[in-house]
This record gives sequence, structure tokens and C-alpha cells, in this order.
Amino acid sequence: MIPEIGHFALILALVIALVQGVFPILGAHRGYASWVALAKPAAQLQFLMLLVSFACLTWAFLQSDFSVLYVAENSNTRLPQIFKFSAVWGAHEGSLLLWALILSAWTAAVTVFGRSLSPLMMARVVGVLGLVATGFLAFLIFTSNPFERLLPAVAEGRDLNPLLQDIGLVMHPPMLYMGYVGFAIPFAFAIAAMLGGRLDAAWARWSRPWTQIAWVFLTLGIALGSWWAYYELGWGGWWFWDPVENASFMPWLAGTALMHSLAVTEKRGAFKAWTVLLAIFTFSLSLLGTFLVRSGVLTSVHAFAADPSRGLFILLFLAVVVGSSLMLYAARASKVRSHVRFELVSRETALLLNNVILVVTTVSILLGTLYPLIIDALGAGKISVGPPYFNAVFIPLTVPLAILIGVGSLARWKRDSFANIWVKVRVAFVASLVFGILFPLVAMQHFSWQAALGMVLAFWVFFSSLKVMKEYARGRGIGGLSLSQWGMTFGHLGVAVFITGITLTSIYSSEKDVRLVPGDSFSLGGYEFLFKGTTHLQGPNYQGDRGEIVITREGEPVTVLYPEKRNYLSGMPMTEAGIDAGLTRDLFVALGEPLDDQGAWAVRIYHKPFVRWIWLGALIMALGGVCSAADKRYRLLARREREALAGGVA
Amino acid sequence: MKSRYLIPLAVFIVIVGFLAVGLKNDPKRVPSPLVGKPAPRFELPTLYDPEEKITPEKLRGKVWLLNVWASWCVSCRAEHEVIKRLARMNLVPVYGLNYKDEEADAKAWLGQLGNPYEASLVDREGNVGIDWGVYGVPETFVIDKKGIIRHKVIGPVNDEILQETLVPLIRKLIEEEG
Repeated sequence: MIPEIGHFALILALVIALVQGVFPILGAHRGYASWVALAKPAAQLQFLMLLVSFACLTWAFLQSDFSVLYVAENSNTRLPQIFKFSAVWGAHEGSLLLWALILSAWTAAVTVFGRSLSPLMMARVVGVLGLVATGFLAFLIFTSNPFERLLPAVAEGRDLNPLLQDIGLVMHPPMLYMGYVGFAIPFAFAIAAMLGGRLDAAWARWSRPWTQIAWVFLTLGIALGSWWAYYELGWGGWWFWDPVENASFMPWLAGTALMHSLAVTEKRGAFKAWTVLLAIFTFSLSLLGTFLVRSGVLTSVHAFAADPSRGLFILLFLAVVVGSSLMLYAARASKVRSHVRFELVSRETALLLNNVILVVTTVSILLGTLYPLIIDALGAGKISVGPPYFNAVFIPLTVPLAILIGVGSLARWKRDSFANIWVKVRVAFVASLVFGILFPLVAMQHFSWQAALGMVLAFWVFFSSLKVMKEYARGRGIGGLSLSQWGMTFGHLGVAVFITGITLTSIYSSEKDVRLVPGDSFSLGGYEFLFKGTTHLQGPNYQGDRGEIVITREGEPVTVLYPEKRNYLSGMPMTEAGIDAGLTRDLFVALGEPLDDQGAWAVRIYHKPFVRWIWLGALIMALGGVCSAADKRYRLLARREREALAGGVA
Repeated sequence: MKSRYLIPLAVFIVIVGFLAVGLKNDPKRVPSPLVGKPAPRFELPTLYDPEEKITPEKLRGKVWLLNVWASWCVSCRAEHEVIKRLARMNLVPVYGLNYKDEEADAKAWLGQLGNPYEASLVDREGNVGIDWGVYGVPETFVIDKKGIIRHKVIGPVNDEILQETLVPLIRKLIEEEG
């Protein structure tokens, strides 16, 4: 009975979404106030319906109701309670329901926090989001219904994919979806602004905090996914340039460009048409990501069940949403004039370059991701594009971007001169050269030019960000910095930490596959790894072996690691690595295979310097995004506009 | 309307075109360059009679199947019932290529699950498998009367592949001139 309520609520949500998508937009166009007024209640009701629907599916999982096909396929009575809950979004159908729920939550948030939006703008924004929701809910109900019954019910479910039975993966999809779907908001604002024919700085001001929050979620989601891959897959890698990873990284890059371009549009009124295009581009990449992940057109380590009819539906949806947006763009953008002038040497130019580099990077990754598909479609063979291509494209493009961070954030708006900028950056420039070259000499085992280059860039971003802070604090002290200024500083410091992490990890990591008999020891990176043997392991829904490895450094005990090799009920083997995490290095041990009856195992040992800094950098960037979005200027503006509106009426 | 604002739309249409075509292709299917080429040579002993050597030349003039299997291969177990059904149809001889296996294990496996093969060729080192481009077990090759490989099934043959692909193809090949 409960699943039927969930199913019914889902259908109601679709009907409401259709109403929300059609009437407010038409009403705004024709000037029917009653149709315009439908926007808010429809959006909130749709959210409520999806909440009910999601709760019903969750209930079916917690009760282990195996008469629901989706539950039977992805749960098991012996599954720990927390994973029964997260199994709701553990596979295709449920994760789409989560997608739809998050979209409606974002829309409801706009209706609550966007109170100062004019009713017409609100109607258009909510309407556009309603149309997007209609497409997704139709996809959900017609091709991927999570409430489909399995009659007769089975006694026991098939169990959740063991890879997903992990706390990192409990949080990863919701975060990622919050980011993906969050970019629907700036998209809807851009479309609404074009529909209304007013592409002014106002839409940029409205979109900015929403874009920043979506970007924060996406940053955290990607970092969580990378962290999870690192400790759960047992390969010691943290990024693989897999199509599904690229699918999340492309909207992130485009979203980063969008945040910066929105700043120019808001503050200077420049790049108006370009910013609108970026908003469309970013959301299109989110949709494309969904298509790539869900249709199975590309092979990926994330082997999601693929179904061509689903792929066709998403492709049609993508074509309609993006195609119509770009048509609207073609019709409206040509009428937009940016009457703002700026000189060649100015912050505008720096931000334009930032946008160009980020978009070129995005497009290169898009090309690399789609290339196998394009070649196959042309009948020219089967190929795959791997990390060498992506690294060769990504790394050279990152270098000028890092240099720009320092120059751009110190350049003045409108007009500046190289001489003027040089005076501001020269200390940071010299300091970054000195520290960057000294660092690998002093702190690492051996010198490497690549490491020196990476560290010079990291220190450059670090010192120039400090200089920016100092400039902001001039005359008012460090406490005088606005949240938005803190946001920018943290965002860029996060980049410095991130560059440090990837540089040092990629250059100084060492790994060894060794055969160890109990009592054997092996030394790597200055540490002794002593293998004490394995013991049998019995978990709730798996059994396996647990190794014990004692680590010492120059005779001093460091830690004891317990890597595991588990065999789950569903028949899948899993590696649980033993990791000793540290700020300057991780020690990582994974059990491979038992080699003989004497207790010998293939063991993989890694020493990874500064690997934590990769995720720490992402966290600091995300903190920057939170600060910017929380800046009181948005709330002040909202209040002032509300008062102006009230005053105007009186 | 200025035409440069139409560029994003044009680029997008091209991408959607590729995606639509891509949807029809299966990225996991890697076509064998050997399809349409003569079957690579080999001379291998059979599992039950090491004295008996089989070569593709000896099979010239008839349509035959080569099914790559091993006792360590889990999906071969799933496929085995289908291969037995195919053999019972008595359309064509099915030869097995026992790939990188131990003799005792292989015999025990056939003893337990039944032996549909005309003979199983023993490729202990896997050299013949390399010549034939085997990259996963099981795989099944269809060879025509002229000794040309006409089709390759990667992964286990199921009833759908058997009824819709293999049987019609075999019937057609039997009709062909030798």
C-alpha cells in the first residue's frame, strides 16, 4: 500500500510540474496575474509530493519490502540499516528520484528565498524549472519507475552493490546531484531573463549566490567521489579520467567560469551575452553528464545498467531543453549591448582569459570523453582515450590559469597598467620562486623540475592571495574584509593547497606489489612494513580475511594497519585498504590475493606524500564558495529592493 | 538575428547527432579483425586422444564452430547448456578450444556437465588463443566451408544469440558453395 502512495504522489508531482511549467510562463507573457500567481504554490506542492514519494520508497527499503522490484534488486535483510537507507539512491531508478526531489527542493528554495524577485521574474524562473522537472518526472515514471511491483514477492533481496556499502558513497550522490541540479537555477534565471527581454545586471546578481552554492555542493561531491575511489577501490588512485568522472568535472569547470563571469556582469555590466551562454552551457553539461552516465554510450568503470530506450529519452530531453535554450539565445543575445568599456590591461581582461582557459579546458575534456563515441559513430573504429591525453591537455592549461589568479585578483577594474600590477606582485613573485624551488630541495627526497614548477605555482597563488587580503584590509584591518572577499581568498588558497597536493603526490608517490609470508617485512619511503599474517573475518553480509601490518620508522612504532579482503553475499570481492592518513603523507596497504597455503599474500604498499592536500584544497575552495554566497550584500540588496518596491506601491 | 549567435546551436546539433548514432553502438563490442579472414592455422591434440591432431585444413569443406572454454571460466558454465542444445540440433560440428586449462580439471568439468563437443582441442599455453584474438572466455567462432571466419560471439552464447544469430547464419553457410 505504501509503495502505491509513493507511486501516486510521483504521478501527482508530474501533473503539478506540468502546471508549474506551462501556466506561469504563459501568464507572464500574456499578463494573466492569476496564472502568474500559480508559480509559488505549484512549486511548493510539487516538492511536497516528491518528498512523500521519496519517503515511501525509503520506507519500502527500511521495511525490506521485496515485493517492490527496485528494493528486491538493491537491498537485503542482512544489509546494515544505514545502507538500507542509502540504497534508496544506490541504483538508477532511486537516484533519478533523488535528482527530481533535489530539483524540486531547489525550486521551492527559490520561492522562499527569492521573495524580492518581481512576480513576473519569479513566474518565469519557476516555470522554466517546472518544464525541466516535467521532463525528468516523465522519464522517471515512463522508463524507470522505482515503485514497480514484483509479484510474487521474493523472500530475500539481491543486496546492494558492495562498492556502494560505504559511508563515502552514502553522501557522494546527493552532494553531486545538489551541484548538478543546482546549476538549473542560474540556467532558469538566464532563460527567464531572456524571456522577459531584460538581460541586465539584475539577473546576474540574482544568480550569483545560487551558482556559488551549487558549485560548493559539486566541489564537495567530486572530492567525496575521489576520496572514496582512493580508499575503496584499492588502487591508490584518486582520479582516473573516467567518462563518469569527466561528466561531473565538466560542469564544475564551466560552473567555475560562470561564477567568475557572473562577477563581471554583476559589477561591471560586461559580458552579458557570454554569461547567459555560460549558464546554458553549464546546465547542458550537467544534463549531458546524466545522459552519458545513464545511457551506457561510453564504457566506464562505473558499470551502470544501461538501457538504450532510457538513453534515447534523455537524449531527446537534452535536445529539447538545450536546443530551445540556444534558439532563444540566438534570438535574444544579438539585441544585448554591453556599453561598458575596459582597457586591455584590466581585471575584466584577466577574468575573460580565465573564462577562455576554463572553457577551452572543458571543451578539451568533452572532446576526449566523446571522441571514442564520435569515431565509432563515423565507423572509423574503436578507440579509447585515456589519462595521457587528459593530463597532456589539462596540465598545460592549468599553469596559465594559476598565474592569472595572482595577476587578475590584484588588477584593477576598467584600467590598469603592467607597471602598477608589477609593483603589487613583485614580492609574491620572488617569494614564490624562492620557496617553490627550495621546497623540493629541502622537504622531499630528491629534486625534480616538475615538482619545483608545481610548487612555484602553488606558492604564487598562496602569496598573491595574501597580498590581495592585505590590499583589502588596508585601512580597516583584517576584520574589515567582507565575506565575499574572504570567499575569493579561500577559493584561491584552496587552489594553492590543491596544486601542492597533486604535484607532490604525482611526483613523489611510490608503490610496490610484494609477496609477503607472515613474518616478512618490506621497506618503502623510509617505513618498515611487517606482515603479521591474516585472520578470518565474519561481517553481517560478507566474510573474508583481515591482514595485520605493523609499521615502524627507524625502529619507532608508527601504526598498525588492518587491510581487508571481503567476499560479499552477492558474490563480489571487495578490497578494504588499510590507510594511515597524515598531513604530509599517507601509508596505504591493500591485500591482493592469497598466493599459497602457507599464508603468503600479494600485498600492495603505497607511500603517498601530501595526498590529503588534494581533498583539503577542495574543502577550502568549498569554504570560499560558502563565504561568498553568505555575503550580506545579497541580503541587503534583497531588502533594499523589497523596500523600494513597497515604497513604490505606497 | 546575427549569425554568430547561432554558432552554439549549430555545434550542439552536431553533438546531438553523434550522440544519437552513438546510442545505437555498443561500446563494449570490439569487432574482431579476423572476421572475413581465413582461420589462423593450428595443429592441436584433442583432450581425450593426444595422438589425434586436428588442423583447420582437415575441417575444410564443412561449416564448423569453435567454442573457447575452460573449467575455470564461470560464464562457460552458464553457456554450456546452450552449447549442448546447439550440438543436439546436429546442424554443424562444434569443436571446443580448451583454453589454458588443466587436463584433469577439463575432463572432470565435461564429465560433470556433459560433453557437446566433437572434440576439444587442448591449448594449454594459450598460443592458439592469441592467434585467434581471444581476449575473454568464452568466445565462439563460426567458420565456413572455405575456412573463413564468418562470425564471432564474445561472451556467453545465450538462447537469443543462438536462435536469432547463430542458427540462421549456420543455415545460410551450409547452403553456400564450398
